[in-house]
Amino acid sequence: MRKKSKRFSTFWEGTFKFLTHGAGIFILILLFSMLGVLTYVAWPSIKKFGLSFLWSTAWNPVTNQFGALTAMVGTLVSTALAMILAVPLAFGVAIFLTELSPAFLRPIFSVAIELLAAIPSIIYGMWGLFKLAPINANYIQPWLSKHLGFLPLFQGPPMGIGMFTAGIVLAIMILPFMSSVMKDVFEMTPKVLKESAYGLGATTWEVVWQVVLPYGKRGVVGGLFLGLGRALGETMAVTFVIGNAHQLSWSLFMPSNTIASTLANEFTEASSPIYLAALVELGLVLFLITFIVLGLAQWWLNKSVPKEAR
Amino acid sequence: MSRFLPEGLNAKIEVKNLNFFYGKVQALFDNNIDIAEKRVTAFIGPSGCGKSTHIRTYNRMYSLYKDHRAEGEILLDGKNILADDVDLIDLRSRVGMVFQKPTPFPMSIFDNVAYGLRLKGRFSKSELEGRVEQALKDAALWEEVKDSLHSLGTALSGGQQQRLCIARAIAVEPEVILMDEPCSALDPVATYKIEDLLTRLKERFTIVIVTHNMQQAARVSDFTAFFYLGKCVEFGPTDELFTKPKKKETEDYITGRFG
Amino acid sequence: MRPRSQASRKLINFLSLLASGCAALIGIAFLVWILWDVVAQGISAINWQFFTQLPAPPGVKGGGLANAILGTIIITIIATVLGVPIGILAGTYLSEFGSGKLAATVRFLSDIFVSAPSIVIGVFVYAILVLPMHSFSGLAGGVSLAIIMIPVVTRTTEEMLRLVPNQMREAALALGAPYWHMVWNVAYRSAKTGMLTGILLAIARVAGETAPLLFTALNSPYWPQGLTKPMANLTVTIFNYAMSPYSDWQAKAWGGALVITVGVLAANIFARVFISSRRNKG
Repeated sequence: MRKKSKRFSTFWEGTFKFLTHGAGIFILILLFSMLGVLTYVAWPSIKKFGLSFLWSTAWNPVTNQFGALTAMVGTLVSTALAMILAVPLAFGVAIFLTELSPAFLRPIFSVAIELLAAIPSIIYGMWGLFKLAPINANYIQPWLSKHLGFLPLFQGPPMGIGMFTAGIVLAIMILPFMSSVMKDVFEMTPKVLKESAYGLGATTWEVVWQVVLPYGKRGVVGGLFLGLGRALGETMAVTFVIGNAHQLSWSLFMPSNTIASTLANEFTEASSPIYLAALVELGLVLFLITFIVLGLAQWWLNKSVPKEAR
Repeated sequence: MSRFLPEGLNAKIEVKNLNFFYGKVQALFDNNIDIAEKRVTAFIGPSGCGKSTHIRTYNRMYSLYKDHRAEGEILLDGKNILADDVDLIDLRSRVGMVFQKPTPFPMSIFDNVAYGLRLKGRFSKSELEGRVEQALKDAALWEEVKDSLHSLGTALSGGQQQRLCIARAIAVEPEVILMDEPCSALDPVATYKIEDLLTRLKERFTIVIVTHNMQQAARVSDFTAFFYLGKCVEFGPTDELFTKPKKKETEDYITGRFG
Repeated sequence: MRPRSQASRKLINFLSLLASGCAALIGIAFLVWILWDVVAQGISAINWQFFTQLPAPPGVKGGGLANAILGTIIITIIATVLGVPIGILAGTYLSEFGSGKLAATVRFLSDIFVSAPSIVIGVFVYAILVLPMHSFSGLAGGVSLAIIMIPVVTRTTEEMLRLVPNQMREAALALGAPYWHMVWNVAYRSAKTGMLTGILLAIARVAGETAPLLFTALNSPYWPQGLTKPMANLTVTIFNYAMSPYSDWQAKAWGGALVITVGVLAANIFARVFISSRRNKG
């Protein structure tokens, strides 16, 4: 036997520590450089428009006047619409999966939901453009106009392309993810707890509403915030169908914009440095908004699950 | 001259005023004990009394965890292993350990046994095969696995896995083998095989075994230490401790009044 | 006490569960509908030429998206080569040295990054690579996908490593193994299946991304011509073709959508089968 040299070992030990710690810190560096670089490139726009960028509705590449409000409002409205539609549906799917469906179907459905969550968002966007928009234009929107047209939400020409379709497509896109999250949370309810409630004569619905949901409150809220954060930053699901129009309108039928869709549509066309800087500033705004939402979600979720200590 | 052992016996490990802390909580209080060379010493006592904590100081396994701390002296052949400049890798090749739950590595039986050997140095193929075979024979596992050395270690039964872990530990020819409740996860037949093994192993190795099972301690060990609430209450030759215990707590434990 | 009627409770129960069932049905119906459309529309565009020929101008028959498929493969490989090692190392850091405040911060930020808007990452890489290089490039596309992969691989690696029992680590260390040796030979070996699955799923995810490539790799009608030039890729091509007014291009876009969907689903299914088969092997 030939003994191994001690130096061999200490060298690898040091290298191992260096590489792993370095990789960990790399993520921190990545985050800070993103903030830094985005701010740097957006600086001409930040300097020129200042804080008013956030509440200006201007968007004129010819006169070089830009403001984020239409895109920001579009982002928030599309996301709100998506959440309003998707959350109850996700809730329903989760309840169905955990309480209603027969046991042998459960694993199939669960796998199906997770596979659907893996489908790239461009698929949803394309489908929205070719399939959903015409249906909206020809059937749904005219119907809504006729019966609920007194609401400013449903006024305007039924073009199909616009905030309404975008919201629906976005809702369908985040549905698998939210359902999966809610299902996981519901499944964590201890059986003993549910059995105690059933044992007292509670109906299934009462068990869900009064035991499962409150028990999983933390996880559900956290999951909702995560879904919200993802929806805010979603690009491809909305870009196809939102219409790329820089206008604010009360009507959901009108074409509109989100920050992500503006970037997707206009970034490669930016004809002047200030135009590019304004677009990057939009990106920075989106980055900050999503980071705050996702950060809150993560912090909230971390509070409920005790961190593993070694 | 050992403090506790009878004339003629060498103390392989001398523990002097050992105190151990998990963060702010003290778990061992002023332990003093001598481990006799080439004998089996058993640690007995109720759950949570510090037996496992104590033997894990012999190979500095606690050093893995940030806020675990030991004070005092532990002399292995006269040199203090609690000192800061101790080479842990060298220490652990001299003081081996077998754990409560058999933990074969996710590799072949051969590679499991060869793992420690390959760490120590470079062997020729035939040397390595020879050492592995010898270790498996010493652990009474060779006959059962000699035709499947390259199948996964995890495919063996619980008792075989534990003997594999023993083979793995003795392959590197340590001087001391620590065993932390090695039979607690095994059935009586597997337990018997391992106890039988110990009587042969002690001819070459100093063995310290932690056990919950007093009968086991009485069967296999030469010396026994009784631990209670982090203190080493009594230590002596096994038959003396079991028939004429000197302390009341020892007697109470042995007669089953608690634990 | 005013007793609540059992009948009303039962009614509420029935209605609520019915509503849940309907919600589930609606949700699932939409998703099945979408998949059906992708298959129905896309299948007609899939033929041998689709996988072997360069794009034809609109209105001209034939042609395919071979360059885009190759480009996506190349960009995904770049992303994997860059992102996976960093992700594994960072995940190892979090699992093996991860009890301090720094590690907690890294973990927290990684979790956020997993869901961060991919288009902003595209803007970032545009600024640091495309601008200085004065050119869109396949390399920039790969880098932006790598940035998306890193937090995903980091967290799955950490989770899988944490599942390795502590006693196994101690057993290796007790034999005199240096820490790095234990991690490489014992911990990684033990967590191998889970780690590979996580990596495979991360690759499947970035292969389907469009937004980060929009202004990094851009697109191209030609075969990939080196890493420093714009590179054709499937997702941006689908975007461009779908938004175009030409029906044959739109048909090709559906074909591309089908290819991506099948690829991503196949990778996910394979990962599941792989993991359960390894689990049964023991």
